[in-house]
Amino acid sequence: MSRSSTIRKSPMGQSLGDSPTLDVEAVRREFPALSQTIHGHPLVYLDNAASAQKPQPVIDRVAKAYAEDYSNVHRGVHSLSQRATDAYESARETARGFLGAARVEEALFVRGTTEGINLVAQGFLRPQLAPGDEIVISTMEHHSNIVPWQMVCQQTGARLKVAPIDDRGDLDLGALEDLLGERTRMLALVHISNALGTINPVHDIVAMARKRGIPTLFDGAQAAPHCALDVAALGCDFYTLSGHKLFGPTGIGVLYGRYELLEAMEPYQGGGDMIRSVTFESTEYNVPPHKFEAGTPHIVGAIGLAAAMDYVTNLGFEAIAAHEADLLDYATQRLQAIPQVRLIGTAEHKAAVISFLVEGVHAHDVGTILDHQGIAVRAGHHCAQPIMDFFGVAATARASFAFYNTRQEADRLADGILKILEIFD
Amino acid sequence: MSDLREIYQDVILDHYRKPRNFAVLEQASHHAKGHNPLCGDRIDVYLSVEDGVLQDVSFQGAGCAISTASASLMTEAVKGKGLDAVQSLFETFHRMVTQPEDDAQGVDLGKLEALAGVRELPVRIKCATLSWHTLQAALEQQDKPASTE
Repeated sequence: MSRSSTIRKSPMGQSLGDSPTLDVEAVRREFPALSQTIHGHPLVYLDNAASAQKPQPVIDRVAKAYAEDYSNVHRGVHSLSQRATDAYESARETARGFLGAARVEEALFVRGTTEGINLVAQGFLRPQLAPGDEIVISTMEHHSNIVPWQMVCQQTGARLKVAPIDDRGDLDLGALEDLLGERTRMLALVHISNALGTINPVHDIVAMARKRGIPTLFDGAQAAPHCALDVAALGCDFYTLSGHKLFGPTGIGVLYGRYELLEAMEPYQGGGDMIRSVTFESTEYNVPPHKFEAGTPHIVGAIGLAAAMDYVTNLGFEAIAAHEADLLDYATQRLQAIPQVRLIGTAEHKAAVISFLVEGVHAHDVGTILDHQGIAVRAGHHCAQPIMDFFGVAATARASFAFYNTRQEADRLADGILKILEIFD
Repeated sequence: MSDLREIYQDVILDHYRKPRNFAVLEQASHHAKGHNPLCGDRIDVYLSVEDGVLQDVSFQGAGCAISTASASLMTEAVKGKGLDAVQSLFETFHRMVTQPEDDAQGVDLGKLEALAGVRELPVRIKCATLSWHTLQAALEQQDKPASTE
């Protein structure tokens, strides 16, 4: 997955030649949820693209923050408030490093990818949109990268343009480039598709947009758990991710925004902490990032997210990518060996996400029967109904892998599908 | 795996593979669409009602084994029944798939009892009830598609 994603050197400093490896069994022991049984079978958790399990260091960090260092931030003069503020702002520095941003003020804490996109749509784009302006997305977007733009189009008279994909699930780059024109005010694309696993060539896409002065946003919800990010090298204007898919808490995420843009932007919400001074006549807004963090933030969520970022960074993205590439290859082979299985999404560059159909069996029956064998997969439209329409299916089953999954678990999945075929025979 | 066989038993699989009364009813007096937004299942239910009796009923749609079999079994169960009997059958069926086994009434539901195992699968109950909600919507002549949400 390295060629088309934003890869920098592994934090552990290993070169490709050293082929870093993961001690997967040791890693698995750090995730308490993975050691349980479901319907009498050891859990095989393959729903990581929906949400990932949490390692003990993250759980411990969250517990410690509540037990020992908890108060509100940016407010009190007392010691606990200072400790909480230090931990919260230190989490921001961790997020900056994880994203590869140049300045810590460029890392905004949000509820997740969805809020990040809404913030950009309303705070950055809406004030500058005129009727007839255009926003470009693609067919493979999650609803979270469709609906916020539709809303801003309704509010301003702007139009949404959708770049097509081919039947493997690759973005049609030629068609995308043709859509970028004089009226394009934003190019917002998914980095890695949640439903198809497609890894988009983000560097080429940014080059296309920058040549024309078009701002870019990437939905990095699926990319953040799988590849090292470097937004400064990528040169995008906005990049957003969710903590819960990154082995961190729910309700917390990060939006990266280029500082110049953040400075010029209007606030997203009004309230405490986002102001410098307030009178009933006028209010002077705080500077980024605080301008965008109205009210008491998800303090402990941010601290837990930083612990998750540290955890993943310490494992090393080279090792993670190598392991997940092996899992993807292996699981793909096992599933393709079953004649009744059809894979949806076979892009050249793919993350370890396998959407599939079992001939004659509805995705929800697939999901139920796999669950009874202890295997957790997603069944449905994956909040990406336009993709389902494109492939002419109502729903797919989806197995999405993380670094803690194993080849044996891919075997369990394949055997589980054979069991479904037995029942439906 | 025993409980799985209880859910995906032969009568369910049979009605999934060969749904009964699976057609558009040309002379329908009532019709409604049903939709389960969670899984994308869609169903059309057609009724021919005369003198308070469901003379004919049919359905079309695409869905999982549970929703398709449930719709098929429903058409067999309600055909020829008076509307009051249909309503009371729906209520009994609904109790069977939503309430704990002990609370279920001792009413004989015939083939519909093949769906009793669904009560163990809270997220799939809506699959089993979609066709029944759509039937009700058709009887009430609702303009909006029936939805499980």
